[in-house]
Amino acid sequence: MLSYIIRRLLLLPIILLGVTFLIFCVFSLLSPMQRLATYVHDPGSLKSAQSIERLIDKYHLDDPFPFGYINWFKRILHFDLGWSQAANQPVWEAICQRFPATLELVLYSIIPVVLVGIWLGVISAVHHNDMLDQTIRVAAVIGWSLPTFIFGLFVLFIFYGILGWLPPCRLSPWAQDLVYTSNNFRSYTHLVTIDALLNGNIPIFWDALRHLIAPIITLSYVEWAGLLRITRSSMLETLRKDYVRTARAKGVDEHTVIHLHAERNALIPVITIAGMLIIWMLGGVVITETIFTYPGVGFWMASAAQQLDYGSVISFALLFATLMVMGNLVVDVSYALIDPRVRLE
Amino acid sequence: MNRTIRKLFSNASSLVGIVLLIIFIIIAVFAPIIAPPLSDDPYQVPRMSWNVNPQAPGFIMSDNIREVYDYMGKNVKQDRAICGTTEGGYDIFYGLIWGTRTAFKIGLITVIISAFIGVFIGSISAYFGGWIDEIIMRITDIFLSFPFLVAAMVLTTILGRGLDKVMISLITFGWMGYARLIRGSILAAKEETYVMAAKALGVKDIKIIGKHLLPNTIFPVMVQVTMNIGSMVITAATLSFLGVGAPVGYADWGQMVSFARNWIIGSPGHAGQYWYVVFYPGIFIVLFVLSWNLIGDTLRDILDPRLRGEL
Repeated sequence: MLSYIIRRLLLLPIILLGVTFLIFCVFSLLSPMQRLATYVHDPGSLKSAQSIERLIDKYHLDDPFPFGYINWFKRILHFDLGWSQAANQPVWEAICQRFPATLELVLYSIIPVVLVGIWLGVISAVHHNDMLDQTIRVAAVIGWSLPTFIFGLFVLFIFYGILGWLPPCRLSPWAQDLVYTSNNFRSYTHLVTIDALLNGNIPIFWDALRHLIAPIITLSYVEWAGLLRITRSSMLETLRKDYVRTARAKGVDEHTVIHLHAERNALIPVITIAGMLIIWMLGGVVITETIFTYPGVGFWMASAAQQLDYGSVISFALLFATLMVMGNLVVDVSYALIDPRVRLE
Repeated sequence: MNRTIRKLFSNASSLVGIVLLIIFIIIAVFAPIIAPPLSDDPYQVPRMSWNVNPQAPGFIMSDNIREVYDYMGKNVKQDRAICGTTEGGYDIFYGLIWGTRTAFKIGLITVIISAFIGVFIGSISAYFGGWIDEIIMRITDIFLSFPFLVAAMVLTTILGRGLDKVMISLITFGWMGYARLIRGSILAAKEETYVMAAKALGVKDIKIIGKHLLPNTIFPVMVQVTMNIGSMVITAATLSFLGVGAPVGYADWGQMVSFARNWIIGSPGHAGQYWYVVFYPGIFIVLFVLSWNLIGDTLRDILDPRLRGEL
C-alpha cells in the first residue's frame, strides 16, 4: 500500500512539470509583444520602441525556448503570474480573491450529485428494464445530451425571469454592503454561507443560499446523469454475482440484499467516477458562473478570454490543471485504500 | 455486424436517434434550398433589421436592409424571419439551417481526426511496449491533466477566434481517450496466437498492427466515436457561447444561444418575451446531440459483452 502511494507521489512532480511545459508551449504561440502585455499593467510604459525592447529583455521574452521556459518557470514558483487586465490586479491576487466563491459552489454541488446520482442509479438497476428503469435511463441520456449552458439559461429563465425566486450574483446589494464594506461581519473562511453562520447572521445565510441554489442545480444536473449510468451498470453486474444469489436463496429479505450486500461492492468503482466527476465540474464552473454572473474564478476566466487577457487565461490553465492532478491523486489513493485489488496491479 | 444493425433498428431509443439523424442530414444537404444564402459566404447569417432587440417570429425584413440587398443585386427570396431574429437582427431560421452544416463539420472532423491520432499513438504504444509505452502514456497523462473545456478554451483564446481554431483546440485535447482505449485492447490482443504466428512468419510490425490487430480491436473505438460526436458539438457550442468560438454572425448554434443570454429574462412585466432566441437554437443542439447519444448508448449496450443477450 505504502509503495503504491509513494510511486504515485513520485510521479506527481513529473506530471506537473509536463503540465507547465505544455502550457509554456501554448503560451509561446504568442509573439513576445503579446506576452509582454501579460506583465505590464501600465499601457503608458509601452509607448516607445526602446522601452518595449527593454521590457522584453527584462522578462526574457525573446530568449531561446529552453531559457524562456526556465525563466517563466522560476516566476511561477514565486507565484508571479503576471498582471490581469480583466481584473485590474495581479493574477495571483485575483485568483485568491475569487477562489473561495468557486469552492463554495463546487462543495455544495457535490451533495446533490452524489446523493441523487447514486440513489437513482441503484433504483434503476433494481428495477432493471421496468418502466421505471426506462424512464430514468431516458432522463439520463437527455441530461447527458443537454449542454450545461442551455440548461443553465433555462434555470435562470424559470427561477429568476418568471418566478423571481433565485436571483443571479452571489449576494443581494444590501448583503454585499454588510459583508464586504462594513466592520460588523468577519470573514473566517471566505465561504459566505459558513461565515454567516459563524457570525450568527441568519439573513445573510439565507441570502447567500438563495443565490447559490440555481448555480448548484445547473452545475450538478449533467453530473447526475453520468454518475447514474455508472452506478446502474456496476449495480447490475453485482446483482448477478453468486454471493447475491446465495443471500437471496438463504431468504435474506430484498432490502438487506440490495442495500447491505450488493450496494457496498457495487459502489467501489462508483467512488472513482464520483471523484472524476467532481474534477470535471471544474470545467462546468466556467459556464455556470458566467450564466449566473457568480463572481468566482470561472466567471473571471470567461471575461478574461473574451478580452484576450492572455496572462489570466494561461494562469487558469495552470490552476485548473494543478487542481485536477491533485484531485486525481486523491481519487487513486482512496480507491486503493478501499479496494485492495487495485494495489496488486 | 448484421446483428448489430438489426438490433440498432429494433431498439426504440436508437430508432429515434436514427430518424433524428436522418432529418439533420437532410437539412444539412438541402440547406441552400431551404434557406438560400444572401451573401457570398453562405455561413454568414443575413440580418433582417439593424435593431439590437430581437424581433418576434414572422418579422418581415426591414426596408433599409432590403435596400442594401437590392443595391448589391441580391434577390431576397425569403424576407420573413420564420423563427424571429436574435440580437442584432440576425435571422434565427437561417442560422439554424446552416448551423446544421457547422455542427456536422465540427462533430465529424474533430472526432475522426482525433480518433485517428489516438488510435495511431495508442497502437504504437501498446504494440512496442517498454519505454516507448511508458513515455507515450506519461505524455497522454499530461494532456489528460486539463479539464477538457478549460484546455480547449485556453488554446482557442491563444490561437484567436474562428471555427478552424476551435477544431484545432478540440483535436489537440481530444485524442487521449482513444489512445488509452485502443492501447488496452491491443495489449490484450497482442498475446493471441494469431499475432505470434504472424510475427514468427516475419510479417512487418506495421502490417501486423494494421492488418491483424486493428481490425480486431477497433470496435470499442467506433462506439466511442459515436458517443463523442455529440459532446464535441456541445463543447464547440459552449466555446461560442462563452465568446471565444465562431466569429460574430457565423451560422453556429452555440453563438445563437450566446446572443440569447442578454434577453432570456425578458423585459420587466414580460418575462419570456424573447423565448424564441433561446428555444430554437437550444432545441436544435439538444436534438442533434441526443440523436448521436441514443445511437451510441444502444451500440455500447449491444457490444458490451457483459450485457450481451440482456437487451
